Amino acid sequence: MFTLINTILIGLTSGSVYALMAIALVLVWRSTRVVNFAQAGQALLSTYIGFECIGRFHSFWVALIVAMILGAAVSALIEVIFMRTLFKRNTGPIAGVAPIIATLGLLGIIRGGIGIFMGGKEAIIRPPLSNVGFTVAGHTLAFSPFKLVIVSAVLVMMIGLSVVFTKTNIGLALRASAYAPEIARLAGVKVDAIRTLGWSIAGAAGAAAGMLQTPNGTGALSPDSLEFSLLLVFGFIAAVIGGLESLIGAVIGGLLLGLVLAVVLMYVNATLLFVTAFVLLIVVLLVRPQGIMGKKAGRRA
Amino acid sequence: MIGIVLFLVGNRVDELRVYEGATLAMYVVAIASIILLTGYSGQVSLGHGALLAIGGYSAVLARNYWSLPIWLCFAVAVLTAAAAGAVLGTAAARLSGPYLAGTTLALAVGLPSIANQFSFLGGEQGLLFDVGVPPNSLGADFSPYKWYFWIAASAALVMVWWLQNILRSRYGRTWRAVRGDEIAAQLAGIHAGKSKALAFTVSSGVAGLAGALLAMTIGTVSPSAFPLTLSFSLLTGAVLSGVTTLPGVMIGAVTLVATPEIAGAISHRLGNSGGVTTNLPGLLVSALLILVVMLIPNGPVEQLRSVRVRRNANIHR
Amino acid sequence: MTLIVNDLCVDHGAIRALDGVSMQVERGQLAAVIGANGAGKTTLLRTLSGLKSATSGSATWKDQNLLHSKPEKLVRFGVSHVSEGKSVIPELSVEENLNLGALWRRNAKESAETRVKIFETFPRLQERSAQLADTLSGGERQMLAIGRALMSKPDLLLLDEPSLGLAPLVIAQIFTSIRELTTQMGLTVVLVEQNAMSALEIADIGIVLNLGRVAAKGSAQSLIDNPQVRAAYLGY
Repeated sequence: MFTLINTILIGLTSGSVYALMAIALVLVWRSTRVVNFAQAGQALLSTYIGFECIGRFHSFWVALIVAMILGAAVSALIEVIFMRTLFKRNTGPIAGVAPIIATLGLLGIIRGGIGIFMGGKEAIIRPPLSNVGFTVAGHTLAFSPFKLVIVSAVLVMMIGLSVVFTKTNIGLALRASAYAPEIARLAGVKVDAIRTLGWSIAGAAGAAAGMLQTPNGTGALSPDSLEFSLLLVFGFIAAVIGGLESLIGAVIGGLLLGLVLAVVLMYVNATLLFVTAFVLLIVVLLVRPQGIMGKKAGRRA
Repeated sequence: MIGIVLFLVGNRVDELRVYEGATLAMYVVAIASIILLTGYSGQVSLGHGALLAIGGYSAVLARNYWSLPIWLCFAVAVLTAAAAGAVLGTAAARLSGPYLAGTTLALAVGLPSIANQFSFLGGEQGLLFDVGVPPNSLGADFSPYKWYFWIAASAALVMVWWLQNILRSRYGRTWRAVRGDEIAAQLAGIHAGKSKALAFTVSSGVAGLAGALLAMTIGTVSPSAFPLTLSFSLLTGAVLSGVTTLPGVMIGAVTLVATPEIAGAISHRLGNSGGVTTNLPGLLVSALLILVVMLIPNGPVEQLRSVRVRRNANIHR
Repeated sequence: MTLIVNDLCVDHGAIRALDGVSMQVERGQLAAVIGANGAGKTTLLRTLSGLKSATSGSATWKDQNLLHSKPEKLVRFGVSHVSEGKSVIPELSVEENLNLGALWRRNAKESAETRVKIFETFPRLQERSAQLADTLSGGERQMLAIGRALMSKPDLLLLDEPSLGLAPLVIAQIFTSIRELTTQMGLTVVLVEQNAMSALEIADIGIVLNLGRVAAKGSAQSLIDNPQVRAAYLGY
């Protein structure tokens, strides 16, 4: 019985982190129609910054906020310096994929840079709250105060962002700039600035994902860490499951993925985690490519 | 023609260069596979490293378990990778842009780790690839590396020649039609899904060969031989070469071989710290990728061509 | 307050799309720009609204240079462009599309008032205000596009082929509305059209473009009466 509960709890917690990553990816997608693979690198960078901050300020929460702010700033910089130039000169046969390839290059640069400057350093981030499970009726649950924070943070973000996107003027501008930048321009929307805003928010979300996930896992931070690559991949899979168009979908996708993987972890075999995720991705793409929350089946770009 | 040049070069050049030559040939094949897939068929694969891995592992397994002659092992590599490509390609045919990119990325991240799960794949250490010694008929001091180089170079030549023909044939034209405008192509009677899947299959087979060549050159296969950065490097090489044209393929290959050298030289100047040495090559490649994509997205070959076209147009005014 | 275009030259790469175009539209006038496909009509509008940069020449409105500005800035200056074909965002609702035009004004009350006026002119839009723009018919989309442009409270309105793909009855409706709006709101309008007759009928002045050059200009009536124009563009 408790194994089941624990499985669900594990699934929800790790699912929330995937959801955060998925939110970052969906945000960039919805505001600029680019999937930013460098998100993982940015999250990594922000987390390292957070690590340094913990050293300075001795507070996880302050570090988290700083990491998010700087994550937003870095993201904005990347958008202004790289993406704008790219969008202007984007012609020719690889026009559709050039931004994607560019974000990959960025990922490589960030990782390489971090490796060079921080490679030898040992970086560990410990959870700020107790990560010891609650005890109920003598059994320890796989749920702790810290994990509770993670889940709540994701929920708050999701609700907040959804509201912004659908009910506010800025949200309208964000959506219009993504769907039809030329029309938005003709309507007076400052499309460039709006794009940068979208990327900033995504940068903050990615930073949060990195900062929250690291203490949740092993706590160790390193540039080649498979964890961050997996975070990106799982975040992407979560986004696809939920439908790249929808923030709510990103959360649902993340939680669903988390639950499925938790089941595999606890009941089947831990080594099959990646395969399961990949199979899930392929299945969703074949059966319902627009994702759970997606509306139009034809919308592939 | 190129073959004769290579033969002459191969005879006079020292061990390290020959080794690099073999690697060069491998890159040529690998980049060609991406040019086919992305440049001609318009599909982006971020995980070609995984296909190389499949090819490499199959070749090694064929050798170790069935003791097949080398050429047959290569053929096995090609076929296995092509089969994997067929499966992937059918699924991928329905995808586009970011979905395809993300899926292939997932593959690249996860596939090497699968090797760790199954013991017959050698786990983290990997498996050894014994290609055998060069035949006696070539003389006593024909070093193994020269032999590798010859094999790799000839394989590369054959493959490139074959690819050039395919790309010029109606298959190539079909792929380009689908890439240009899928709906228009369908209206012209082309079955877009089949065409894309076919491109994926062929590209994977070619990649498989590259993987086998890689295995031969470094003598082993292991998860660490096919890291994520390999996929990125290949993509960079392809973009550098001019993703839509085959002739430029040498440019990309040479860059990929030269970069670790250059990186090594730089890190040596900087004092050889561990962090720098491991990370600099990847960093340089990525930086190059961004620069090229931002500034000359069509590759230097196309860029030169279009400059010429513009000059001619101006003359007519 | 006049639109003065002087010797405007615009290139598409190696091709000269507009070659020395000069024209003048007085405040409150509706100018029809007609000509065959590829004559440069769309290029003209896109250059005036900031979507395309000119090679040489000048264009001023209210004594301010229009060239080499970003479209977003020109909107704030009172220039609204309804581009050819797809000028509505199908993924957004009708109301959202309209609101988009007024976002930059940041004045909710004023925007609401403008919206009311637009709904009065185009009651069909009000009926469908919550629906996705995707579900609208061609004529309704055109009304929405014009409505969106008007939400920015422009004084210079650029319309690119509003009749494209529409049935004759709908075209007549829309053109009547355009004429009414021009007079009611005191707009200055540049109307690009292939449907030359309908355009000239509601216009004050007309300009005929041919291969990037001005082939004829004058009052709309004079162009309608001009035998060469009649033969080439009006079909009789």
